Amino acid sequence: MATSKTLGESLREHGVSRRGFLKFCAATATMMALPPTMAPAIAAALEKARRPSVIWLSFQECTGCIESLTRSHSPTVENLILDVVSLDYQHTLQVASGELAEEARLQAMRENHGSYLVIVDGSLPGPGSNMGYSTVAGHSNLDILLETVEGAAAVIAVGTCAAFGGLPRAHPNPTGAVAVQDIITNKPVINVSGCPPIPTVISGVLAQFLTFGKLPELDAYGRPLAFFGQSIHDRCYRRPFYDKGLFAETFDDEGAKAGWCLYRLGCKGPSTYNACATMRWNAGTSWPVESGHPCLGCSEPDFWDAGSFYQALSVPTVDSTQTLGLAAAAGVVIGGAAAALAKHGKTKAVADREPVTVEQLEQKL
Amino acid sequence: MSALDSIAIAVEVPRLAQEWGNALPILHEIRHGLERLAATGEPTLIDLRAIPFGPGDEARLLERLGRGEVEARIHALGETLIRETAIPAVWLVDFLNAEGERIALHLQIDRIPGLLMTQPEDLAEAPARLDRLLKELAGGGEAA
Repeated sequence: MATSKTLGESLREHGVSRRGFLKFCAATATMMALPPTMAPAIAAALEKARRPSVIWLSFQECTGCIESLTRSHSPTVENLILDVVSLDYQHTLQVASGELAEEARLQAMRENHGSYLVIVDGSLPGPGSNMGYSTVAGHSNLDILLETVEGAAAVIAVGTCAAFGGLPRAHPNPTGAVAVQDIITNKPVINVSGCPPIPTVISGVLAQFLTFGKLPELDAYGRPLAFFGQSIHDRCYRRPFYDKGLFAETFDDEGAKAGWCLYRLGCKGPSTYNACATMRWNAGTSWPVESGHPCLGCSEPDFWDAGSFYQALSVPTVDSTQTLGLAAAAGVVIGGAAAALAKHGKTKAVADREPVTVEQLEQKL
Repeated sequence: MSALDSIAIAVEVPRLAQEWGNALPILHEIRHGLERLAATGEPTLIDLRAIPFGPGDEARLLERLGRGEVEARIHALGETLIRETAIPAVWLVDFLNAEGERIALHLQIDRIPGLLMTQPEDLAEAPARLDRLLKELAGGGEAA
């Protein structure tokens, strides 16, 4: 349960010295995408912050989000952030099971009414759907969400499923899946999208809430601007090749070997907002584009229904030669245009998409 | 060491790597930081993890900055490796976790990185700690 101890006290109890605490704050600044000069301010704020109670609800999900967070590179600052919050309910991680587990959730809600945080991963069958598609302890996801959020300070929707419906909501959406923000309208909802989200972004949002005690600035999709404020395309180290009109046409051609832009191989970077290009994955080792694969756009709504991952969405709608010529001449402007084209193509792909039956799939195979 | 380090990976340096050139602007930023430090005493911190480096950019930058006279190692929450580069007052601060994996990498332009200095709270507690030691010695007991 949440205690009256401050985060500073809690960290020192974990054997963290003051230099260690400063280091923690420097890494936290990095994690929050803040200037490193903010570390002393973070130290002052975290020293006094109280440990919040966190209830983590998992609905229609694959556990990839919690895997991303907990199996990243342990022990890390992310884990320390998890240590300094009081994670009172997370049915994959907690020791208690059955009624004891549910009682832990109810107890945390009673004792921290009005101040606890709710984290949700996974979408949930919306009102009017068959609630039997996803239940926990015999209760529907919808009932559990409404009951748990009632006394919460804020809700963090982790992963594209919780934020936008994700894979369960992909056409034809058999379970009637909806996102958290479709249900919760009377509490602040922060969307941390991605399939899965970058672990440091998940913990960065938590750290930001702990440090400043308020919600971060959000974009139109409810995502923290600190992490989702710039497109993959704008932060991509391959961007200069796009501006010069140098593209890989296949995965093994000379352009691919030379590290040219992956736009024509279906990269969704121009219409995708996320922090992969700077925060990277696997302890900062690399990220999809650096590994030679186009961005799938996994942090955007309906990315499953946006057509092929390997089709450049603007290609069917305009003369690509013309687009590329223009790109060479005015890359920055075209970058925006590419995003608009991609968005248009995505909307069209969603609209044109027809349900595929098992029989049809077998015929194709 | 990190488990990732045990995976044999051959990193191919792209032929056009020099065109990515995201290391060059950092050298200019360092130049401005040095001027600011000399003129006003104001330090500069550059978070290298916030820079969209291409493959090899970071390594090229660090190689160009070289090694200076001072190296230090802090044991707190995993190791922190601090070394002055060949450019005086430009320090590389490499934050590692307990498993030796990097959690942050900063360039600091300062006379000495703040993390190396004794923290004010520790200084305030130091006399009392020494008093306890002296008391133990006066009592004939073994110092802890």
